[in-house]
Amino acid sequence: MDILHYTEAHHDFRKRLRAFMDREVVPHIDQWEADQGVSREVWRKMGRAGFLCPTLPTAYGGLGGDFRFSVIGIEEISRTNHGGLGAPLHSDIVVPYIMSYGNDVQKQTYLPGCAAGDIVTAVAMTEPGAGSDLSSMTTTAEEDRGQLVINGVKTFISNGILCDLAIVAAKDPHETNPHQAISLYLIEDGTPGFQKGRPLDKMGLHSQDTAELFFSNCRIPAENRLGEKGMGFLMLMDKLQQERLVTAVMGISVAEVMLEWTMRHCKKTTTSAGRPLSRSQAVQFALVEMATEVNLGRTFVDKLVVEHVAGNNVIVETSMAKYWCTELGKRVADRCLDLVGDYGGLEQCPLVRGFRDVRVMSIFAGTNEIMKGIAAKFMGL
Amino acid sequence: MVDLNRSQKQIQKAANDFAKGEFDKDQALAMENANEFPDAIWKKAADLGFIGVHFPEAYSGGGMGILDACLISEAFCRKDSSIGTALALSASGAECLVRFGDAATQAAFLPPIAEGRLRCGYGFFESGCRSDLSGVQTVAVKNENQWIINGSKSHVLNGGDDSVYLILCRTDPDAPPEKGLSLFVVEGDREGIAVREAGRKLGANMVATADLTFTDVIIPAANLLGKEGRGLAQAEAFFEEAGILIAAQCVGTAAGAFDRALAYVKEREQFNRKLAVFEITRQKIAEMAMKVEQARLMTYEAARRCDAGQGLEKFGTMARITAARAAVEVADEAIQLFGGYGYMKESEVERFYRDAKVADLTLGGTIHLKNKIAAGVIGKLK
Amino acid sequence: MDILTYTEAHHRFRDRLREFCETEIMPHVDQWENDHIVPRKIWQKMGHGGFLCPTLPAAYGGIEGDFIHCLIVTEELSRTMQTGLAAGLHSDVVVPYIESFGSDEQKRKYLPGCVSGDCITAVAMTEPGAGSDVAGMQTTAVEDGDAVVLNGSKTFISNGVICDLVVLAAKDPAVENKHQAVSLYVVEAGTPGFEKGTQLEKMGWHSQDTAELFFTNCRIPKHNRLGEKGAGFFMLMGKLQQERLVCCMGGVVAAERILEYTTAHCRRTTAGGKPLSKSQAVQFALVEMATEAKLGRTFMEKLIAEHMAGENIIVETSMAKYWATDLANRMANRALDIVGEDGARESCLLTRALRDARVMSIFAGTNEIMKGIAAKFMGL
Ligand SMILES: Cc1cc2nc3c(=O)[nH]c(=O)nc-3n(C[C@H](O)[C@H](O)[C@H](O)COP(=O)(O)OP(=O)(O)OC[C@H]3O[C@@H](n4cnc5c(N)ncnc54)[C@H](O)[C@@H]3O)c2cc1C
Ligand SMILES: Cc1cc2nc3c(=O)[nH]c(=O)nc-3n(C[C@H](O)[C@H](O)[C@H](O)COP(=O)(O)OP(=O)(O)OC[C@H]3O[C@@H](n4cnc5c(N)ncnc54)[C@H](O)[C@@H]3O)c2cc1C
Repeated sequence: MDILHYTEAHHDFRKRLRAFMDREVVPHIDQWEADQGVSREVWRKMGRAGFLCPTLPTAYGGLGGDFRFSVIGIEEISRTNHGGLGAPLHSDIVVPYIMSYGNDVQKQTYLPGCAAGDIVTAVAMTEPGAGSDLSSMTTTAEEDRGQLVINGVKTFISNGILCDLAIVAAKDPHETNPHQAISLYLIEDGTPGFQKGRPLDKMGLHSQDTAELFFSNCRIPAENRLGEKGMGFLMLMDKLQQERLVTAVMGISVAEVMLEWTMRHCKKTTTSAGRPLSRSQAVQFALVEMATEVNLGRTFVDKLVVEHVAGNNVIVETSMAKYWCTELGKRVADRCLDLVGDYGGLEQCPLVRGFRDVRVMSIFAGTNEIMKGIAAKFMGL
Repeated sequence: MVDLNRSQKQIQKAANDFAKGEFDKDQALAMENANEFPDAIWKKAADLGFIGVHFPEAYSGGGMGILDACLISEAFCRKDSSIGTALALSASGAECLVRFGDAATQAAFLPPIAEGRLRCGYGFFESGCRSDLSGVQTVAVKNENQWIINGSKSHVLNGGDDSVYLILCRTDPDAPPEKGLSLFVVEGDREGIAVREAGRKLGANMVATADLTFTDVIIPAANLLGKEGRGLAQAEAFFEEAGILIAAQCVGTAAGAFDRALAYVKEREQFNRKLAVFEITRQKIAEMAMKVEQARLMTYEAARRCDAGQGLEKFGTMARITAARAAVEVADEAIQLFGGYGYMKESEVERFYRDAKVADLTLGGTIHLKNKIAAGVIGKLK
Repeated sequence: MDILTYTEAHHRFRDRLREFCETEIMPHVDQWENDHIVPRKIWQKMGHGGFLCPTLPAAYGGIEGDFIHCLIVTEELSRTMQTGLAAGLHSDVVVPYIESFGSDEQKRKYLPGCVSGDCITAVAMTEPGAGSDVAGMQTTAVEDGDAVVLNGSKTFISNGVICDLVVLAAKDPAVENKHQAVSLYVVEAGTPGFEKGTQLEKMGWHSQDTAELFFTNCRIPKHNRLGEKGAGFFMLMGKLQQERLVCCMGGVVAAERILEYTTAHCRRTTAGGKPLSKSQAVQFALVEMATEAKLGRTFMEKLIAEHMAGENIIVETSMAKYWATDLANRMANRALDIVGEDGARESCLLTRALRDARVMSIFAGTNEIMKGIAAKFMGL
């Protein structure tokens, strides 16, 4: 019994996307990892082939699809065993802000480029002093002669180097209530006063161009505000259900990929006694335990995807899923390495990259502690 | 590993021998079922000096340290977690007398405890504040040469007439808790003490737990332990020491469950093979052995530091958490290795598991204890 | 989104059962726990209310329900915190042997009583020397004219004292292949040579009369064999998917109950003037427990749907049995950590919950056996 049903269109999308990944992504990953960033070209190719922003209306170049297309996108990228190509972030997290809150002009200006891969997006909330506690951000946006002047620093911004357009959260310094002070702004690359740092040296996600963004007296037109003034915090909160679900899907997908690889490895690798590793009871139990947890997580996430597509409020459950599935991803990476042994310490073992890349998932998109806090709050504790 | 000296090794051996000779499985099963204190064994153990080895020799103690007391508890609990727990806890709280009592108080109470005539329990927690002692509501009011106590205490061990309690009371309602609490020794047969037995528990059923209510209980001024207003600090110091002793019970409980499981997997056959042949059994045995050793290391080291007069810095509490976790997990796995038989009382390991779980809940429980460790480790924030 | 589809009939069934539990069971539970058995009367009342064997055809007195009815019984009975009235074992594990493998005559003879509660059943596979290794059993069944002679002993048998009818697994000593030697027999209580031991003293499940059964030259008619001769092992294996699913249900539902109780406790208990549920450590523990309960519930419901659709989900039910029963055990432990010493008193239902949960990872195939089966069918 499938909880999550896919149509022919979904299956076809997956098939084509998988072929695209095999052709256009997999061969380049090692290079991208060394370069600390993917090529701009791959974004364009993905866009041209119709794999970016599948949920955008066709009028903007999207497929007019539902969130299930996003799920497929995340799963297929996960299968490539790399996390640099930040397409899910772009398609399923950042662009939806523009789609939901942008005015017609903003949508006309940016969305076609987003779908085509000409415009790569980023969202900049986090600051050196404001991570979990977003309301304490200090980047300011002040009106000045019909323009807005942005000042401040953002950090850990995914797609930070490549982005053509950043959605930046900033505060009106004259508003004292921190929750009502935040608005979102669209800031184009190249705007004077907007500077990008170098890619940050990270534990993993090496091909992901995570960077700091600097704004010093960066002037943007007043029309570049996204949505109502002072609504930034609420807009961010509103989009988080999907962001968390995206991360949960990443966690479970990565766990599946690693487990599948390890299962195959254990079947074909023999011990010195000539027996496949998978005949060891200890190895079998470890694989079964991991498979069980993956099954549990997958079933739960599938159900949440159905609920999310149906527009249900599943804030408690998505917070739970985000933390549990990302922890699962880490646990599976760790246990798989245990089974593989020494070979698992070599860069050539694909688990190594998975192990590094999955580690951040319990931190970004709201740390897992924040997830538990949210669940507790909405459970009425 | 902490090196045991000759006398400690002798004590360990003597305790093992005593347990082997005196503890009887069927008797233990019956006593546990009946919530019965092992009175005769206790008296014998006291005669041989196993109770209060860490009390001064002048007061019928052994003049030895906490490590020695730990070795005895471990040996006893290893042979039988319920009897061992009951014997160890027969003097629960007496460390306060040793640490804070003056010569007269010690002379009055330590000998009967060490000689197996009097049992001891501490009453610090209350239902209103649970384990947060700053919220203690029981009051002691001074009236010339007496104190008058009113209030109630929960989870007091050994409640009854032939017991003595260490009771933490508020003596200055206006002072902050660090200054407003004091510790008293209260004889169980004083008028005005109502004992409400908690009845059967998950485990540790050979030692009674009760809730006490004090109504105008009058005690002499001399029953104040140490200085007035020092109660909270005294209680905290005691908790470190008590934590080590409970840890030692848990090491014994873990080791005892482990011994039984180990023997069983070497004996029991399924699928024409000893359970000990299955790789997963071996993994479990290794895991259990590691947990026992970890718990033992921490416990002995905590005891050593305590005896050397070094600051414990919550190391006693850490040992208590680690050892209790080990005991719960090892006994739980022991049940599993015994299969259906593990669920039967006859197998003993189910009782070790229940006793371990109750030990895991003592001194306020793990969440509370971790908060205390954190407070110590983190210190005051600027 | 609901994975399982409940009908009006299901809801009514649940309402009636809940009321039944509140009036007929709850007030007596402590007594039953002390007695180490439940009165026969309560089985009959259960039967009378239509709560036993709900999936059986009307011809036998059943209400022709589906597996969701079984889930409802498990859920509602778990609220009663007793294990003696083991309706799930009777209705969903033992009776299905008779229904699936019994002859028409056997069915007509026994099933109506199973539904009405007049015939309480037990299944006896385990022996002192043969637990996980069912095929290693020693109890023999030797044909002698029109009779079969049974010899051997069984242990850890649930409903062992109260049962009227035992589905017994025994071996033909003449058959070499141990998997082909086992047949199943129905043995009525009172048959000469069949003796019941007294209740075994257990850690928990106190109201459940688990016992040893002894067979000494016990003669039963040949037609008491259930199904084909020598097919016993396969019949047992064939029914295990449902048995494991029933255990998974027991685990998930127990976990939910423990969580519900603990959450309510933390809301109403204060420490230092604020409810326990306002402590971040307590909140995180409750959230983690709730997350696992939801994961278990979702997985279980999916498996129930698949089981009802007749799918082969042997790997998944083995996984679910081990995970859900471990969950119940873990949950009881964490709940006690939160509630503290108050929770360790017999008067707090968490104490019973912990004692009762502990066995789930052992019976119906230990969790190690579950993992072994999953590994096998995963092709490892
Ligand atoms: C690779 C990477 C990519 C990222 N991409 C983006 C991006 O594209 N855009 C963007 O805006 N941000 C991004 N981030 C930032 C990310 O969202 C933050 O790192 C995250 O929100 C945590 O904030 P912090 O790092 O400041 O940690 P802090 O908020 O300082 O947290 C430190 C620790 O304290 C814990 N903590 C915090 N508050 C509480 C509390 N109330 N109770 C208990 N524990 C608490 C946290 O859980 C954490 O364990 C990215 C981060 C990484 C590493
Ligand atoms: C309360 C209760 C009720 C019960 N009700 C019934 C009933 O109604 N009818 C009935 O027939 N039985 C019943 N049982 C018996 C139950 O099914 C058995 O206890 C169970 O199958 C385990 O068998 P065992 O006890 O002999 O343990 P063993 O088979 O001896 O197992 C001991 C340990 O070894 C492990 N082990 C065994 N084989 C392997 C292997 N190959 N690899 C790794 N580890 C292994 C097990 O997992 C277990 O941890 C009941 C048991 C209990 C406790």
